[in-house]
Amino acid sequence: MNLLILRLLAGRVALALFSLLVVSAIVFAITAVLPGDAAEAQLGQEATPESLAALRHQMGLDVPAPLRYWQWLRGLVVGEPGISIVSGAPVADMIASRLPNSLLLAGITAAISVPVALVLGIASAMWRRSWFDRIVSSGAVAVVSVPEFLVATLAVLIFAVQLRWLPALSSAGSIDSVGQMLRVFAMPVLTLCCVTVAQMLRMTRAAVVDQLKAPYIEMVQLKGASPTRMVLAHALPNAIGPIANAVALSLSYLLGGVIIVETIFNYPGIASLMVDGVSQRDMPLVQTCAMLFCAVYLMLVTLADLCSIVANPRLRHR
Amino acid sequence: MNKHSKLNNLVGPRESVELLEALQRGATRRDLLAMLAGGGMQLGLAAGIAGTALSAHAQTPRRGGRIRVAAATAAISDTLDPAKMANQTDYSRGTMLYNGLTALDGSLTPQPALAESFTTKDAKTWVFKLRKGVVFHDGKPLQPADVVFSIARHKDAATASKAKALADQIDSVKASGPGEVTITLQQPNADLPVILGTFNFLIVKDGTTDFSAGIGTGPFKLKEFKPGVRSIVVRNPDYWKPGQPYLDEIEFVGISDEGARVNALLSGDMDLVAAVNPRAVERVRGTPGYAIFATQSGQYSDLIMRKDVGPGANPDFVLAMKCLFDREQMRKAIALGHAVVANDQPIDPSNRFYFAGCPKRAYDPERARFHLKKANVGSARIPVVTSPVAMYSVEMALVLQQAGQRVGLNLEVKRMPADGYWSNHWLNSPVGFGNVNPRPSVDTLFTQFFKSDAAWNGSRWKNPKFDQLLLAARAETDLAKRTQMYADMQVLIHDEAGVGIPLFLASIDGHTTKLKGLRPIPLGGLMGYSFAENVWLDA
Repeated sequence: MNLLILRLLAGRVALALFSLLVVSAIVFAITAVLPGDAAEAQLGQEATPESLAALRHQMGLDVPAPLRYWQWLRGLVVGEPGISIVSGAPVADMIASRLPNSLLLAGITAAISVPVALVLGIASAMWRRSWFDRIVSSGAVAVVSVPEFLVATLAVLIFAVQLRWLPALSSAGSIDSVGQMLRVFAMPVLTLCCVTVAQMLRMTRAAVVDQLKAPYIEMVQLKGASPTRMVLAHALPNAIGPIANAVALSLSYLLGGVIIVETIFNYPGIASLMVDGVSQRDMPLVQTCAMLFCAVYLMLVTLADLCSIVANPRLRHR
Repeated sequence: MNKHSKLNNLVGPRESVELLEALQRGATRRDLLAMLAGGGMQLGLAAGIAGTALSAHAQTPRRGGRIRVAAATAAISDTLDPAKMANQTDYSRGTMLYNGLTALDGSLTPQPALAESFTTKDAKTWVFKLRKGVVFHDGKPLQPADVVFSIARHKDAATASKAKALADQIDSVKASGPGEVTITLQQPNADLPVILGTFNFLIVKDGTTDFSAGIGTGPFKLKEFKPGVRSIVVRNPDYWKPGQPYLDEIEFVGISDEGARVNALLSGDMDLVAAVNPRAVERVRGTPGYAIFATQSGQYSDLIMRKDVGPGANPDFVLAMKCLFDREQMRKAIALGHAVVANDQPIDPSNRFYFAGCPKRAYDPERARFHLKKANVGSARIPVVTSPVAMYSVEMALVLQQAGQRVGLNLEVKRMPADGYWSNHWLNSPVGFGNVNPRPSVDTLFTQFFKSDAAWNGSRWKNPKFDQLLLAARAETDLAKRTQMYADMQVLIHDEAGVGIPLFLASIDGHTTKLKGLRPIPLGGLMGYSFAENVWLDA
């Protein structure tokens, strides 16, 4: 059995690496056809032919594109994603200064939203069509339908500007104590939870409900198992696959897709770093960020697959 | 601030700035009376004005405290290299850490800074005497070599300096003695001290290649600098201006989202924020403890009609478009009053060379209809390219479109994204909007945007007489003659150039009422980006 999982895993990793390679080529090609380059973006109105040529040479943009791609790819493999052509700092340092912030925010949000979503989802599946289920389900739809910039802006207006309980900005640099950390993270986490909880909750509910309709559950009922045992011990293990996938999707969003929250709270995360890179045409930075997001995404999805394989004997013994 | 605006109403902005600056230099009530009476003012009135000026000045600066300031941009391209500084965040950081040879005051007149004095006979050879006893943050004394290095590097193409075009007129810069630097120009330019007072010409240490330490002679020392995130500066105890700066520490961040910036101010996270939208002004004013600081400057958004392609090739079309600007409505509805009406020429009323006698062009649909008929435009669709990055251009184009409909002109407003607008659309579209930030001198503005061979002469307007006047005025050291030349040039642009300038826009900042000492310098908001050494916190 272990050998089988190992072989499956090796296959997945190889596939993931191949996807990464394809993504790197696509990202490079797309960034190459963006109108304007880093030299034009930096000089803006002040661009003259001579200063453009000088800056392009300085940034290494006069090297042919395939050669640049090869240099960058080789650097990436040995763990040196190159130098930012805009700031002149190593890309690895720039990402290292922002990634912990993003991981912290994602981690706190995940630690809160995953348990809440799973518990609520399973509970509403158990008591489906009860008043509890209706409130939770319609609440989830309502929350996921409100765009996050509205949630964030309203939260700032109420808790920061009117009540003055919380700071309007969440600069991660100023955390000295647990109380301060709670204050700083309260609003960004609340906003992100609104989005992620609802998605995971609905997927969990749907997966469990699906299992509860299966004939074997009827058998379990006939054997006289309690409803809790029926759901937790019999239905849930079979629903782990889809649930794990829903969780993986939500978590991958937390790393790279939180640009709105980062903008409104001025949180120095990695998503705003990448957007910044795009508008400055800082290609080494953009490409490395894209690869990072892609790698995390592939990792989470592979983990989710692994979960469902381990949890499902039919897949395990194929 | 109230006292200051009261003073403005009494004697006008330029005089009030002069009065306050005289006080800054240590003038007494008697000196003020002499200044006012010397201008022909009746003594009783002069006494009243001197009183107002004194009480505006009487808020004595208090030493100490820490403020947090948010500008409107933050990017990984944030830099401490003066040659590469490109936006208000860079400029503000620059004036915290460095000084220029000169500094521009409230009427954009160059005042001595690191240069104790500057003299010239022919506007071609300039001698700058350096201030004695000035030291860099690392303890090294300021030498002529530092000045030579800081200025000469802009001429080197490898520096990729933003000021290369300006530096190219410098023929040589040499140390001509202990504490003395001589700059020789290729052609005479009476505005050299103005140019050297701008941000790209801040003085760095000789031989600097890595600017990340921010070693300058400025009022603050660098403590932390994270591009795109924040910087922290602390008081420089050895600063050469006695008593200054007043603050102990400044935390300076960039918040690109305007809503987030204003919320950060009103929630107490920030003490001063730049670039407040006119629509948020009432909200800031309505919150106790907060105030608005507006700087009326020469910033404008202009409609550029190319004279070489498209409908702008016909002068009647250009005139018709200029007559279609409902400037008063734009001022009220778009800028919500935070602007002054402009007259299709780029010199704003706060400038010392503004020509008030230039004929005013009013909103005149009938005249527009007449010119359109003559231009034979018909009902062909004419695209007008706009972008949010050119301030208010989308709104201005919409007002213009409506005015056009009334006279049978079919304008199509094309809204382009901010990203890449300057390189792809600005200067290339036959009819489109641009935006020009305040320039330190009339000469710079004319040379960059209206000279026949200027790279940014968007409308490709070529006028030999204008070019001749420009060169003559540049070399002219007689102020009256120069003013007359600039007046003629303003009329030429007003009549003939392919640009329509509807409004001069104000920069609006928000701050806590505890923050004192802000005075407008019409280079832009945040006191012309040099608030750091001039503001203090009231107890």
